[in-house]
Amino acid sequence: MKYVDEFRDGARARTIAARIHAELDSARRYSFMEFCGGHTHAISHYGISDLLPPQVHMIHGPGCPVCVLPIGRIDLAIGLALERRVILCTYGDTMRVPASEGLSLIKAKARGADIRMVYSAADALATAKANPDREVVFLAIGFETTTPPTALVVRQAQADGLRNFSVLCCHVLTPSAITHILESPEVRRFGTVPIDGFIGPAHVSIVIGSAPYEHFAEEYRKPVVIAGFEPLDVMQAILMLVRQVNDGRAEVENEFVRAVTRDGNAVAQAQVAEVFELRPSFEWRGLGEVPYSALRIRDRYREFDAEARFGLAYRPVPDNKACECGAILRGVKKPTDCKLFGTVCTPETPMGSCMVSSEGACAAHYTYRRFRDIDVKVA
Amino acid sequence: MCLAIPARVTEILEDGRAIVDLGGVRRPISLALVEDCRIGDYVIVHVGYALGKLDAEEAERTLALFSGLDADAAGPAADAMRAA
Repeated sequence: MKYVDEFRDGARARTIAARIHAELDSARRYSFMEFCGGHTHAISHYGISDLLPPQVHMIHGPGCPVCVLPIGRIDLAIGLALERRVILCTYGDTMRVPASEGLSLIKAKARGADIRMVYSAADALATAKANPDREVVFLAIGFETTTPPTALVVRQAQADGLRNFSVLCCHVLTPSAITHILESPEVRRFGTVPIDGFIGPAHVSIVIGSAPYEHFAEEYRKPVVIAGFEPLDVMQAILMLVRQVNDGRAEVENEFVRAVTRDGNAVAQAQVAEVFELRPSFEWRGLGEVPYSALRIRDRYREFDAEARFGLAYRPVPDNKACECGAILRGVKKPTDCKLFGTVCTPETPMGSCMVSSEGACAAHYTYRRFRDIDVKVA
Repeated sequence: MCLAIPARVTEILEDGRAIVDLGGVRRPISLALVEDCRIGDYVIVHVGYALGKLDAEEAERTLALFSGLDADAAGPAADAMRAA
């Protein structure tokens, strides 16, 4: 496919790798966090870590919306489907996220709940139109990429006078999460690792632009390089981060210039601002309560807010004690540090959320790299 | 979850939608979030919506940068990367 294949070219990858090797300061270590699950997946899938010198260390960040969705939010969705008998529409990614009492959306579906996987928010709206005698709730999750489509369907539902459609809004924000990783007292208490720079989001930045990271780079003196999700994009971003560290710079640079501008997509931003407002606080799996890190539906669209419509109250639920997802999402531990990894917790039967989405650190390591560390003995 | 794919617009439909070609697969998407989209443009598609347009010239410059051109010789792309 055009604009995909050429960004996966092996020869070009080796050229960039050679440049990274050549420009490294051999006396120091470089730790970079790739915030997005899309980058985590690319690093594992394409073996990028094998091309990097040992001093360059990649830390997987919490930018996988499925992975950071806390148990309590899934419980709300399951309650709506099982007890209030609504049709619950959701992106496929959330179906296997573990919830309370050994349940997940897919297990609730097996118990008779009417839970439907949709490709697009528009499909959820169509389901509501096709079932006028049923309540239809769209479990809306995701970062700034999926938020504008949700805003559009809420406005469409109002324009069409739909009375049976609402949204359980779990949309979260990228810049506040990146900031939180560096400054929150909880994260300080739990411990985090020193980070020399960030690979910034690809598709999220198409919507929000590169400007929202500028304050962050300046205030925390951390370089940010926005990069596409193809392997060459990631390699080039690492090279750009190495150069910034070597030069003592902390700037926002944009490797993904083919799609990201400084100001982002103004149409999408206006749609989001019309329908959503900041939530004072939202619980993230692994990060705890993060102030102003998520969105909720504005009062003028209240009838489409499932939390108001069904009088839902959020109840936090702790993760499985043995599960290390929290520490993995903060970059403190690696998937292999968790004793559940690859034993009881696998992509087929995930215990923790990092094993659910293919972009989760655990699922990516399990799928592409779990045999890499084992010596092959030739008889 | 945030993955989106570049696709070529092959047909503009009347209701703010378009048909795109995703590596041979044709499917309708919404153009509600982008402005001035024309046939032949590449858009970045996510959950059935075009999130933005892909700048073909910038893509070529980025590829040139990968291929060993020095950052200073790569021109506007390198400048844009530094200025962003």
